[in-house]
Amino acid sequence: MAYRDPFREMESLRREFDRIFNAIEQWTFPFSRVSFLPGRSARQYPMINLNEDKDNYYVEALAPGVNPKTIDLSLANNCLTISGEKLVAGAGIEVKPEAYHRSERACGKFTRTIELPSEVDADKVKADYQNGLLLVTLPKSEKAKPKQITVNVG
Amino acid sequence: MAERTIPVTTTVKTTEASTREETRQEERYLTPPVDIYETQEGLVVIADLPGVSKENADIRVDNNVLTIQGKTQHLAPGNPVYTEYTLLNFFRQFQLSEIVDQEKISADLKNGTLVIHLPKVEKAKPKRITVNVA
Repeated sequence: MAYRDPFREMESLRREFDRIFNAIEQWTFPFSRVSFLPGRSARQYPMINLNEDKDNYYVEALAPGVNPKTIDLSLANNCLTISGEKLVAGAGIEVKPEAYHRSERACGKFTRTIELPSEVDADKVKADYQNGLLLVTLPKSEKAKPKQITVNVG
Repeated sequence: MAERTIPVTTTVKTTEASTREETRQEERYLTPPVDIYETQEGLVVIADLPGVSKENADIRVDNNVLTIQGKTQHLAPGNPVYTEYTLLNFFRQFQLSEIVDQEKISADLKNGTLVIHLPKVEKAKPKRITVNVA
Protein backbone atom coordinates (compact mmCIF):
# COMPACT_ATOMS: atom_id res chain seq x y z
CA MET A 1 0.00 0.00 0.00
CA ALA A 2 1.35 3.33 -1.00
CA TYR A 3 1.50 6.05 1.57
CA ARG A 4 0.39 9.42 0.38
CA ASP A 5 1.50 12.49 2.12
CA PRO A 6 -1.46 14.89 2.01
CA PHE A 7 0.69 17.90 2.83
CA ARG A 8 3.07 17.24 0.02
CA GLU A 9 0.18 16.92 -2.37
CA MET A 10 -1.31 20.18 -1.18
CA GLU A 11 2.03 21.85 -1.59
CA SER A 12 2.34 20.69 -5.16
CA LEU A 13 -1.20 21.84 -5.90
CA ARG A 14 -0.42 25.23 -4.49
CA ARG A 15 2.67 25.47 -6.68
CA GLU A 16 0.70 24.49 -9.72
CA PHE A 17 -1.79 27.28 -9.03
CA ASP A 18 1.04 29.76 -8.53
CA ARG A 19 2.46 28.74 -11.86
CA ILE A 20 -0.85 29.13 -13.66
CA PHE A 21 -1.59 32.51 -12.14
CA ASN A 22 1.90 33.78 -12.84
CA ALA A 23 1.48 32.85 -16.46
CA ILE A 24 -1.85 34.67 -16.69
CA GLU A 25 -0.48 37.67 -14.91
CA GLN A 26 2.24 38.04 -17.51
CA TRP A 27 -0.33 38.68 -20.18
CA THR A 28 -2.95 40.72 -18.45
CA PHE A 29 -1.24 42.53 -15.64
CA PRO A 30 -1.12 45.47 -15.54
CA PHE A 31 -2.40 46.63 -18.90
CA SER A 32 -5.11 44.51 -20.36
CA ARG A 33 -7.17 46.47 -22.83
CA VAL A 34 -10.37 46.53 -20.86
CA SER A 35 -8.55 47.72 -17.79
CA PHE A 36 -7.95 51.08 -19.37
CA LEU A 37 -11.20 52.91 -19.18
CA PRO A 38 -13.10 53.11 -15.91
CA GLY A 39 -16.43 52.81 -17.66
CA ARG A 40 -15.58 49.47 -19.15
CA SER A 41 -14.22 47.61 -16.20
CA ALA A 42 -14.12 47.50 -12.46
CA ARG A 43 -10.48 48.43 -12.48
CA GLN A 44 -9.64 52.08 -12.50
CA TYR A 45 -7.04 53.89 -14.51
CA PRO A 46 -4.38 54.88 -13.74
CA MET A 47 -3.30 52.41 -11.12
CA ILE A 48 -1.66 54.05 -8.15
CA ASN A 49 0.71 53.30 -5.32
CA LEU A 50 0.61 55.30 -2.12
CA ASN A 51 3.76 55.63 -0.04
CA GLU A 52 4.46 57.70 3.01
CA ASP A 53 7.31 58.87 5.14
CA LYS A 54 7.36 61.17 8.17
CA ASP A 55 6.57 64.36 6.29
CA ASN A 56 5.00 63.41 3.00
CA TYR A 57 2.61 61.18 1.12
CA TYR A 58 3.74 60.03 -2.30
CA VAL A 59 1.23 59.00 -4.94
CA GLU A 60 2.79 57.21 -7.90
CA ALA A 61 0.53 56.60 -10.89
CA LEU A 62 1.24 54.22 -13.74
CA ALA A 63 0.43 56.30 -16.81
CA PRO A 64 2.69 55.67 -19.79
CA GLY A 65 2.30 57.69 -22.97
CA VAL A 66 0.24 60.45 -21.44
CA ASN A 67 0.79 63.92 -22.80
CA PRO A 68 2.14 65.83 -19.75
CA LYS A 69 0.23 68.95 -20.82
CA THR A 70 -3.09 67.19 -20.43
CA ILE A 71 -2.44 65.98 -16.90
CA ASP A 72 -4.66 67.80 -14.47
CA LEU A 73 -4.42 67.43 -10.71
CA SER A 74 -6.79 68.84 -8.18
CA LEU A 75 -7.16 68.52 -4.45
CA ALA A 76 -10.39 69.05 -2.58
CA ASN A 77 -11.63 67.71 0.75
CA ASN A 78 -8.60 65.47 1.10
CA CYS A 79 -9.30 63.85 -2.24
CA LEU A 80 -6.78 63.94 -5.05
CA THR A 81 -8.15 63.84 -8.58
CA ILE A 82 -5.88 62.87 -11.46
CA SER A 83 -7.09 63.31 -15.01
CA GLY A 84 -5.48 63.35 -18.42
CA GLU A 85 -5.43 61.85 -21.83
CA LYS A 86 -3.41 59.06 -23.35
CA LEU A 87 -2.87 59.42 -27.07
CA VAL A 88 -2.83 56.64 -29.63
CA ALA A 89 0.29 57.11 -31.70
CA GLY A 90 1.36 60.58 -30.73
CA ALA A 91 0.05 64.05 -31.34
CA GLY A 92 -0.92 64.75 -34.91
CA ILE A 93 -0.38 61.24 -36.22
CA GLU A 94 -3.36 59.52 -37.71
CA VAL A 95 -3.24 55.86 -38.51
CA LYS A 96 -5.76 54.09 -40.65
CA PRO A 97 -7.36 51.12 -38.91
CA GLU A 98 -6.29 48.77 -41.71
CA ALA A 99 -2.66 49.78 -41.26
CA TYR A 100 -2.49 48.09 -37.86
CA HIS A 101 -0.74 44.77 -37.52
CA ARG A 102 -1.13 44.66 -33.79
CA SER A 103 -3.04 46.85 -31.41
CA GLU A 104 -2.65 46.06 -27.75
CA ARG A 105 -2.30 49.46 -26.15
CA ALA A 106 -5.47 51.28 -25.24
CA CYS A 107 -5.99 54.98 -25.11
CA GLY A 108 -8.43 57.64 -24.08
CA LYS A 109 -9.27 60.19 -21.45
CA PHE A 110 -9.19 59.18 -17.85
CA THR A 111 -9.95 60.50 -14.43
CA ARG A 112 -9.48 59.01 -11.01
CA THR A 113 -10.07 60.26 -7.50
CA ILE A 114 -8.34 58.87 -4.46
CA GLU A 115 -8.87 59.68 -0.83
CA LEU A 116 -5.80 60.46 1.20
CA PRO A 117 -5.39 58.94 4.66
CA SER A 118 -4.94 62.28 6.42
CA GLU A 119 -4.86 66.01 5.80
CA VAL A 120 -2.24 67.44 3.49
CA ASP A 121 -0.86 70.89 2.89
CA ALA A 122 -2.55 71.76 -0.41
CA ASP A 123 -0.26 74.71 -1.16
CA LYS A 124 2.92 72.67 -1.19
CA VAL A 125 1.85 69.76 -3.40
CA LYS A 126 4.35 68.93 -6.14
CA ALA A 127 3.93 66.74 -9.19
CA ASP A 128 6.50 65.19 -11.52
CA TYR A 129 6.01 63.17 -14.68
CA GLN A 130 8.96 60.97 -15.52
CA ASN A 131 9.34 57.87 -17.68
CA GLY A 132 5.60 57.36 -17.83
CA LEU A 133 5.15 57.52 -14.08
CA LEU A 134 3.43 60.38 -12.33
CA LEU A 135 4.73 61.20 -8.86
CA VAL A 136 2.70 63.51 -6.66
CA THR A 137 4.35 64.61 -3.43
CA LEU A 138 1.85 65.73 -0.82
CA PRO A 139 3.32 67.19 2.39
CA LYS A 140 1.34 66.25 5.47
CA SER A 141 -0.26 69.12 7.31
CA GLU A 142 1.12 69.99 10.75
CA LYS A 143 -1.92 68.48 12.45
CA ALA A 144 -1.48 65.14 10.71
CA LYS A 145 2.21 64.69 11.44
CA PRO A 146 3.08 62.20 14.15
CA LYS A 147 4.27 63.76 17.40
CA GLN A 148 6.89 62.21 19.57
CA ILE A 149 5.73 61.94 23.15
CA THR A 150 8.35 61.52 25.77
CA VAL A 151 7.62 59.32 28.72
CA ASN A 152 8.58 60.77 32.06
CA VAL A 153 9.87 58.31 34.53
CA GLY A 154 8.96 59.52 37.97
CA MET B 1 5.58 40.62 -38.76
CA ALA B 2 5.61 37.41 -36.83
CA GLU B 3 6.24 37.46 -33.17
CA ARG B 4 8.78 35.15 -31.71
CA THR B 5 8.96 34.67 -28.03
CA ILE B 6 12.08 33.10 -26.69
CA PRO B 7 11.47 31.74 -23.22
CA VAL B 8 13.60 33.48 -20.67
CA THR B 9 13.16 31.03 -17.86
CA THR B 10 13.94 27.39 -18.20
CA THR B 11 11.12 26.48 -15.86
CA VAL B 12 8.32 26.73 -18.39
CA LYS B 13 9.24 23.55 -20.21
CA THR B 14 8.27 21.08 -17.53
CA THR B 15 4.67 20.77 -16.56
CA GLU B 16 5.07 18.53 -13.57
CA ALA B 17 4.61 20.73 -10.56
CA SER B 18 6.41 18.59 -8.04
CA THR B 19 9.60 18.39 -10.05
CA ARG B 20 9.47 21.90 -11.36
CA GLU B 21 12.59 23.82 -10.69
CA GLU B 22 12.14 27.10 -8.89
CA THR B 23 13.42 29.92 -10.99
CA ARG B 24 17.06 30.76 -10.68
CA GLN B 25 16.71 34.12 -12.29
CA GLU B 26 16.19 36.94 -9.89
CA GLU B 27 13.88 38.77 -12.22
CA ARG B 28 10.52 38.01 -13.68
CA TYR B 29 9.58 39.69 -16.90
CA LEU B 30 6.52 41.42 -18.15
CA THR B 31 5.44 41.53 -21.78
CA PRO B 32 4.81 45.14 -22.71
CA PRO B 33 1.73 45.83 -24.84
CA VAL B 34 2.61 47.03 -28.33
CA ASP B 35 0.96 48.65 -31.31
CA ILE B 36 2.41 47.93 -34.72
CA TYR B 37 1.29 49.79 -37.79
CA GLU B 38 2.53 50.06 -41.31
CA THR B 39 3.16 53.17 -43.34
CA GLN B 40 4.51 53.53 -46.86
CA GLU B 41 8.00 54.07 -45.48
CA GLY B 42 8.02 51.23 -43.01
CA LEU B 43 6.71 49.78 -39.80
CA VAL B 44 6.24 51.59 -36.52
CA VAL B 45 6.32 49.71 -33.22
CA ILE B 46 4.99 51.51 -30.15
CA ALA B 47 5.46 49.91 -26.75
CA ASP B 48 4.44 51.10 -23.29
CA LEU B 49 7.40 50.89 -20.95
CA PRO B 50 6.47 52.81 -17.79
CA GLY B 51 9.28 53.29 -15.32
CA VAL B 52 12.05 52.68 -17.83
CA SER B 53 14.54 55.51 -18.25
CA LYS B 54 16.64 56.06 -21.38
CA GLU B 55 19.70 54.52 -19.72
CA ASN B 56 17.82 51.41 -18.66
CA ALA B 57 16.23 50.67 -22.01
CA ASP B 58 17.98 48.11 -24.18
CA ILE B 59 16.74 47.78 -27.76
CA ARG B 60 18.76 45.64 -30.11
CA VAL B 61 18.55 43.76 -33.37
CA ASP B 62 20.41 40.51 -33.55
CA ASN B 63 19.97 37.73 -36.05
CA ASN B 64 16.78 39.28 -37.45
CA VAL B 65 15.25 39.44 -33.99
CA LEU B 66 14.25 42.74 -32.45
CA THR B 67 14.59 42.64 -28.68
CA ILE B 68 13.02 45.18 -26.37
CA GLN B 69 14.29 45.06 -22.82
CA GLY B 70 13.85 47.54 -20.03
CA LYS B 71 14.71 47.81 -16.37
CA THR B 72 12.09 49.59 -14.34
CA GLN B 73 12.42 51.80 -11.33
CA HIS B 74 9.82 53.20 -8.99
CA LEU B 75 9.82 56.93 -8.41
CA ALA B 76 8.16 57.14 -5.02
CA PRO B 77 10.32 57.02 -1.89
CA GLY B 78 9.02 56.08 1.55
CA ASN B 79 7.15 53.09 2.87
CA PRO B 80 4.24 51.57 0.99
CA VAL B 81 0.79 52.22 2.45
CA TYR B 82 -1.36 51.04 -0.41
CA THR B 83 -0.05 49.19 -3.45
CA GLU B 84 -1.88 48.41 -6.68
CA TYR B 85 1.05 47.50 -8.89
CA THR B 86 4.68 46.57 -8.76
CA LEU B 87 7.00 47.29 -11.62
CA LEU B 88 8.72 44.36 -13.27
CA ASN B 89 11.32 44.43 -15.97
CA PHE B 90 10.11 44.30 -19.55
CA PHE B 91 11.07 41.84 -22.23
CA ARG B 92 9.68 41.13 -25.68
CA GLN B 93 11.04 39.91 -28.98
CA PHE B 94 9.89 40.16 -32.58
CA GLN B 95 11.09 38.37 -35.66
CA LEU B 96 11.89 40.86 -38.41
CA SER B 97 11.12 40.12 -42.02
CA GLU B 98 13.42 40.82 -44.97
CA ILE B 99 11.64 44.01 -45.94
CA VAL B 100 13.06 45.86 -42.92
CA ASP B 101 16.23 47.85 -43.51
CA GLN B 102 18.08 46.90 -40.35
CA GLU B 103 20.73 49.61 -40.72
CA LYS B 104 18.19 52.41 -40.46
CA ILE B 105 16.18 51.37 -37.42
CA SER B 106 15.65 54.18 -34.95
CA ALA B 107 14.10 54.21 -31.50
CA ASP B 108 12.79 56.99 -29.31
CA LEU B 109 11.70 56.74 -25.68
CA LYS B 110 9.50 59.51 -24.37
CA ASN B 111 7.03 59.64 -21.49
CA GLY B 112 7.35 55.92 -20.93
CA THR B 113 6.42 55.10 -24.51
CA LEU B 114 8.94 53.58 -26.88
CA VAL B 115 8.56 54.28 -30.59
CA ILE B 116 10.66 52.20 -32.97
CA HIS B 117 10.78 53.02 -36.66
CA LEU B 118 11.60 50.11 -38.93
CA PRO B 119 12.10 51.52 -42.44
CA LYS B 120 11.49 49.30 -45.43
CA VAL B 121 14.25 48.51 -47.88
CA GLU B 122 13.97 50.42 -51.14
CA LYS B 123 12.66 47.57 -53.23
CA ALA B 124 9.83 46.86 -50.80
CA LYS B 125 8.44 50.38 -51.02
CA PRO B 126 5.44 50.84 -53.28
CA LYS B 127 6.23 52.55 -56.57
CA ARG B 128 3.90 54.45 -58.75
CA ILE B 129 4.13 53.60 -62.39
CA THR B 130 2.98 56.20 -64.80
CA VAL B 131 1.13 54.89 -67.77
CA ASN B 132 2.05 56.47 -71.04
CA VAL B 133 -0.79 56.84 -73.41
CA ALA B 134 0.45 56.86 -76.94
